Amino acid sequence: MTTKASILGYGKTDITNFVIMMVIAFAFVPMVVQTDYWYSSILIPWLCLSLAAIGQQIVMGFAGQLALGAAGFMAAGAFACFNFILRVPDIPFFVALILSGLVAAAFGVLFGLPSLRVRGIYLMVATLASQFFIVWMIDKFGWFKNYDTSGIITAQDIVIFGKPFTSPLEMYLVIVVVVTVLTILAINMARGSTGRNWMAVRDMDIAAESMGISLLRTKLQAFAISAFYCGVAGALFAFTYLKSLEPVAFDIKLSFKILFMVILGGLGTINGAFIGAAFILLFPVLLNSVGNNVFHGAIDATIISSIEQVVFGVLIIVFMIYEPLGMARLWDNIKRRSRKAN
Amino acid sequence: MTQDRKFPIGGPILEAKNISLSFGGVNAITDSSFAVLQHEIKAIIGPNGAGKSSMLNCINGIYSPQVGSISFKGKKLQKISPNVIAQMGISRTFQNLALFKRMSVLDNILVGRRLHLDANFLQIAFQLPKARTEERKNREKCEELIDFLEIRGIRDTPVGKLPYGLQKKVELGRALATEAQVLLLDEPMAGMNVEEKREMCRFILKVNDEIGTTMVLIEHDMGVVMDISDSVVVLDYGKIIADGSPDEVRSNQQVIDAYLGVAHD
Repeated sequence: MTTKASILGYGKTDITNFVIMMVIAFAFVPMVVQTDYWYSSILIPWLCLSLAAIGQQIVMGFAGQLALGAAGFMAAGAFACFNFILRVPDIPFFVALILSGLVAAAFGVLFGLPSLRVRGIYLMVATLASQFFIVWMIDKFGWFKNYDTSGIITAQDIVIFGKPFTSPLEMYLVIVVVVTVLTILAINMARGSTGRNWMAVRDMDIAAESMGISLLRTKLQAFAISAFYCGVAGALFAFTYLKSLEPVAFDIKLSFKILFMVILGGLGTINGAFIGAAFILLFPVLLNSVGNNVFHGAIDATIISSIEQVVFGVLIIVFMIYEPLGMARLWDNIKRRSRKAN
Repeated sequence: MTQDRKFPIGGPILEAKNISLSFGGVNAITDSSFAVLQHEIKAIIGPNGAGKSSMLNCINGIYSPQVGSISFKGKKLQKISPNVIAQMGISRTFQNLALFKRMSVLDNILVGRRLHLDANFLQIAFQLPKARTEERKNREKCEELIDFLEIRGIRDTPVGKLPYGLQKKVELGRALATEAQVLLLDEPMAGMNVEEKREMCRFILKVNDEIGTTMVLIEHDMGVVMDISDSVVVLDYGKIIADGSPDEVRSNQQVIDAYLGVAHD
């Protein structure tokens, strides 16, 4: 069996990897990365969207329910957080964050109900309702936006124990803490019986039911937890990256982006969420800098963004056919090969 | 069968009374009654399309018969979903393999332990002591089962990549992991060679012997059926045409006719 020396069931290599990652996140990055651009345009959106991608991963990669509406739950979380901070005096930021996740989770249960009757592509269409309904609701009822007429509301500052976290580095640290905690919780669930129940429902629902798994509870649980992650991600996204709250930021394009992150990153893996998010975010940046530095602006910016769409499309088709388990699997294979070579 | 069984055959544990099941105009099962006794191995045989699998699906709650009732330990199983029936103590395997293809052998068997795990998702997320101890205990159980079935070599392989015979074995393992009182085995030996069949029989008999699990199995190989079952039910065109010990069934004229294909009157 596995090594006995372990913390919470994690083996030695897991713990070493975790420590290395924590050192990178909390010491190495703050020391080396000095430009605000890297924090506010790359690291912060990457971590926020990775969190949303974990949410999408839970419902789609683990529980096998084709859901498309992550951005709707993100909007619910973002506006819930805005309202909690606005209306509840002295509410600690982390409490507001958890509560907004719970609000999103409630929507998750509601919009997960169709999964009990329909599946596959039909479910995907049904879950689109969350995308449109939540954004519509926020637009329609002024209360959610505190009757602001400008359409764009500035997000409040993040204040933790009286100390405002407003610089990009400070906000980055807040996000790293939240993402680390939620990622560990997600890994624990995925490895434990919660995750096994999700995967059983995904792979063969009739057999899962015959083993005593309630499809109703398991599916709705996956939707709720998924929406919780998306809600927290949405709140962080609005408060640290957008620094404003506008329903249009959470449109269907964002939902698709998160869906692509999960597909490219690898269905059914937590690290796939991070890899996929990094790729979807960094690829356009890379393409732009190639366009500017190699071709010196000879290629029109609109053409570059079209190329981006084409490449994503091709990659998704290629991955679906040749490596349904995505980039996370490719990464595993590389690691395994290098280990063999040693 | 030896006389000195650790778990002697007892009274009826599972009873089907006058059940009829039809799909549109097709009658899968017509007015059938039979009883399964505690600790026995009961075989259901019959030609293709006789309604054998439909019978198991009715017991397991996947189908619900339009007429009649099935009762388990005196409780009626009517309009109850399979997961509740599993909780009551009935587990099963499927004819066409219903494994969790992308999960490892160990994980598949662990899903069979579902009803022995009751930590909720928060306890699991935060790895509270309750979640950790029950996970460890159930993993140990599964490791024992893996040794019992002699499949240690494939413990971490995704089941989708295994050959058919091994998948059948894993499915038996998953059903055994539930520790249900009644196991419904739908053609556990279909597509196996003689060697594999013999091995499978050994497992089934051993489980029945050592922990007294009641088994209801569908099987086509008459040799196997006559060897391991305590009683046999014969279905033909959705009707029970014989029910009794292997010897009685073997000499029943109706059964011989059904198998040799004599015209129905």
